[in-house]
Amino acid sequence: MLADKDRIFLNLYGAQDWRLEAAKRRGAWNATRDMIDCGRDWIIQQVKDSGLRGRGGAGFPTGLKWSFMPKEVKDRPHYLVVNADESEPGTCKDRDMMRHDPHLLIEGCLIASFCMQAKAAYIYIRGEYVWEREILEAAIKEAYEAKLIGKDNVHGWDFDLYVHHGAGAYICGEETALLESLEGKKGQPRLKPPFPANAGLYGCPTTVNNVESIAVVPTILRRGAKWFASFGRANNTGVKVFCVSGHVNRPCNIEEAMSIPLKQLIEEYCGGVRGGWGNLKAVIPGGSSVPLLPAEICEDVLMDFDALRDVKSGLGTAAVIVMDQSADVVKAIARISYFYKHESCGQCTPCREGTGWMWRVLERMAHGEAEHREIDLLLDVASQVEGHTICALGDAAAWPVQGLIRHFRHEIEARIDRYRAAKGVHVVKTRPMAAE
Amino acid sequence: MAKILVDGVEVDVPAEYTLLQACEAAGAEIPRFCYHERLSIAGNCRMCLVELKGAPKPVASCAWGVRDCRSGPNGEPPEVFTKTPLVKKAREGVMEFLLINHPLDCPICDQGGECDLQDQSMAYGRSGARFEENKRAVEEKDMGPLVKTVMTRCIQCTRCVRFAAEVAGAPEIGATGRGEDMEITTYLEQALSSELSANVIDLCPVGALTSKPYAFNARPWELKKTESVDVMDAVGANIRIDARGSEVLRVLPRLNEEINEEWISDKTRFAEDGLKRQRLDRPFVRRAGKLTATTWDEALTAAAKALSGDPARIGALAGDLACAESMKAALDLMAALGVANLDCRVDGAKLPPGPRPAYLFNTTIMGVEDADAVLLVGTNPRIEAPLINARIRKAWLRKPLAVGVIGEPADLTYRYEHLGASPAALADLAAGRSAFFDILKNARRPMIVLGQGALARDDGAQVLRLAGRLAAAAGVVKPDEGWNGFNVLHTAAARVAGLDLGFAVGLTAAQQIMAANTGHLDTLLLLGVDEMELPRAGATVIYIGSHGDRGAHRADIILPGAAYTEKHATWVNTEGRVQYGRRAAFPKGEARDDWAILRALSDRLGKTLPYNDLQSLRAKMMADHPSFAGIDYAPGAQGSERFDPASLGEDGPVTAAPLRSPIEDFYLTNPIARASATMAACSEAASARRAVHRVAAE
Repeated sequence: MLADKDRIFLNLYGAQDWRLEAAKRRGAWNATRDMIDCGRDWIIQQVKDSGLRGRGGAGFPTGLKWSFMPKEVKDRPHYLVVNADESEPGTCKDRDMMRHDPHLLIEGCLIASFCMQAKAAYIYIRGEYVWEREILEAAIKEAYEAKLIGKDNVHGWDFDLYVHHGAGAYICGEETALLESLEGKKGQPRLKPPFPANAGLYGCPTTVNNVESIAVVPTILRRGAKWFASFGRANNTGVKVFCVSGHVNRPCNIEEAMSIPLKQLIEEYCGGVRGGWGNLKAVIPGGSSVPLLPAEICEDVLMDFDALRDVKSGLGTAAVIVMDQSADVVKAIARISYFYKHESCGQCTPCREGTGWMWRVLERMAHGEAEHREIDLLLDVASQVEGHTICALGDAAAWPVQGLIRHFRHEIEARIDRYRAAKGVHVVKTRPMAAE
Repeated sequence: MAKILVDGVEVDVPAEYTLLQACEAAGAEIPRFCYHERLSIAGNCRMCLVELKGAPKPVASCAWGVRDCRSGPNGEPPEVFTKTPLVKKAREGVMEFLLINHPLDCPICDQGGECDLQDQSMAYGRSGARFEENKRAVEEKDMGPLVKTVMTRCIQCTRCVRFAAEVAGAPEIGATGRGEDMEITTYLEQALSSELSANVIDLCPVGALTSKPYAFNARPWELKKTESVDVMDAVGANIRIDARGSEVLRVLPRLNEEINEEWISDKTRFAEDGLKRQRLDRPFVRRAGKLTATTWDEALTAAAKALSGDPARIGALAGDLACAESMKAALDLMAALGVANLDCRVDGAKLPPGPRPAYLFNTTIMGVEDADAVLLVGTNPRIEAPLINARIRKAWLRKPLAVGVIGEPADLTYRYEHLGASPAALADLAAGRSAFFDILKNARRPMIVLGQGALARDDGAQVLRLAGRLAAAAGVVKPDEGWNGFNVLHTAAARVAGLDLGFAVGLTAAQQIMAANTGHLDTLLLLGVDEMELPRAGATVIYIGSHGDRGAHRADIILPGAAYTEKHATWVNTEGRVQYGRRAAFPKGEARDDWAILRALSDRLGKTLPYNDLQSLRAKMMADHPSFAGIDYAPGAQGSERFDPASLGEDGPVTAAPLRSPIEDFYLTNPIARASATMAACSEAASARRAVHRVAAE
């Protein structure tokens, strides 16, 4: 169990005040000037050494990402953009950080902006987070007034921080769609390359980071890369905020060390699965877009990037969705599939057409109104979407379906049989002719 | 240059190439829907996926640069595969996705036979369908009189959106909605306010946007295709005329990088139904004040009689749609008769008949792309020459291009500085009293474009002098750098050929009309003159032309000629480029080739012209006027070392009257367009739009 002294987000639950004074008492804005005085290379090296991997879902090493930015500011300004468009179903970590510990994020923005030589940073906050935005804006105002950021601030790096309110589209959480939206255009992902570090916001070098990735940086620098790297397994180091929801006795956000066993996370912090561990059916370990895991894998899997990848799932945003035996997994995945159909931006073919197809088939399967061969068809359609799209939303739409068929095929089959038995006939659908 | 292996074939391509271009260079075919050479890259159809060695998933070859590829560990060139099972499966998958919501209505779709989706599904698709859900249906959109929509067929490639925003400069098409609910729309359900709007029909790879006037008319394989040249403006866009039997059914653009790229204006494309209406299909003579149908014999006799009087009391005018051959024949006939009053400048433009650079678009249309400063004087290129305007926009989008306008302010689809409305602004500029003078002077590739609106006025010669003086002072003619920035933009397809032939001697057009009105001229020969005020009474008017328009209404003798689609004819565009138009259908009824009519007339007059066929006429034309021998060639800066713009025109005072474009209504500029129902509908839609704008402005 992570000791309280090793927690970064000391006010994750909002028990204390979020304002500047209280945040300072918790350690925020402490020695920030000293860290900046140590220089860019030192900061990047510390972040690299800490092993911090992006907390937004893809897990790309943050220090490495920062080092992609051009070393010199030439004719184009540099920008930092913070992705606070937290929309992945099951995920609610950034929300608590922003409403209960906003100063850690603001401090992180300053340090990251200094590191990337950005004179302006944007926080793109999810449209539904109205209260969080108000708190964030109030906290930024405090920081301006205290001369912590802004022109001629005490840290010696002139820098402006803006909050931009999204309009409520999941796709705007994709970094390049977020940039498009921030520029005032329709939120549709861009083609990569060029990557944002080369041509991002307004065509200028830009780094886009998740809220958590930015907010943990000041503490990493204060306590040292070694401290952060001492948690978790190699290549999966650090502490991380997990969001556990679903059929547990006490759903919660909890900061823990990486590589904590899933079972321990659920048992120790969430009061266990509803009806006991034996009642567990499946877990989605990293937000709606990662494949679910059946109970037998949940028994000993570790919560980190590599361990979950090895079981053909992913850590994603570390949003753990627990389902007990009462859950209808097929229906659950059909609902997730509907979400992706609804949120597909419609730009590229496989996702625009494939998400609707998958959802419709799953919707039928949820009551068994399908045929056995359609399970393979569904798997094939998912594979035609996966990896063929401009952004990762195509993959995100395909993975839950693949996970369902991988682990719960028998359940779908049984349901189809049950439906047929109830109808009393072996319904054989005729295939439509070409001209129909 | 960079080396790359495509299916094992090594090719050397420029590093800025995309994989798709590299694959094509290596001879590998890449299917595509959204990619188009002249539009920005969208990368959204995903049809062009290829396998790139080392990449974890297939990449969109249209969007992936050769320089984005990593070479192998030992410096091997990057490798691309276009025929592997992975690629085949990816293409089949995308094809299937495109088809699941595409209606299977090919038998009633006008795109059938020339549909990218049809062709590519045959080549790259799977046989059979696996989709058993309901298909999506999308409401039709009203895109005006030219573009018919069947939006259920749309595959969201966004080519039309990009064309409207980038090439046409009218960002009025867009996509609304998300995911499978995404729809292409004009937002306000109205026609695109662009003169190039119908090019989206060609761009649409499926049958979502098709031609409204051509709807359900024909299948592509029924049509005889003739490569020809457009005459709706002086650009000389290259076109393909599709005809079935004697009927021209549609006009499509033909690729010519130097002129129209692959676009044509809406007028070029859709005035074609005007070829079926108001046609002069038999000779007429006026009897007792009424035009009466008659025989060729009688009409020619009457015409010969009218032309055999005192040559000093005869005049000849060539209109906007006269081909070079007919003008040459008329010129030779008039010379044989001793007639010395000829003019082709029926709009009254004060242009000298020489030297050539004095009346040509010397920069050339392609040269516009190199320009870094443009001054437009008395012209609105958007309606006078939409394709040249598109070139200016293209140059403006690519790099900083300073544009100045003297004349009416109008929406030109690019930003410009309005320097004034009257010739006084030009005088200021010529005297160096304007900041724009320095822009022109300091530009490496400056251009001055003089429109007919600046020349076709009483002080046209003085305006020409001012423009010439400005050209000389700002140094826009740079013979040693191969650049001539002095340009005259014509609006009539016949004009440059007329000037080249010297069809401008004696009394000018206006003087001839006045002479006829005052009883000083007895006979007037008109080669399709329909754009000017004609003599009220007195003179005998012989009209050779194809349409019953203004000229025919006034005529006493009508000799029916061929329209541009019905004859082999030579046209010279505003650049001085000589091009051949070809016959796609035969003239209507008893109508004949214009030059043949003149040849027959010469016979009656006992002055038989020395040519019996088109070849010998052309041979004589080339012998007499060598510029007609250079086919498909624009002289550009050639001859500019002997060209002194400052000597053009005449000194004298200019009036304060504002410079205006000669074109009031883009859609109704010639007899063919005026006879076209489609053009009438466009004109109506455009004036309704203008009315709305006026109300909004007030």
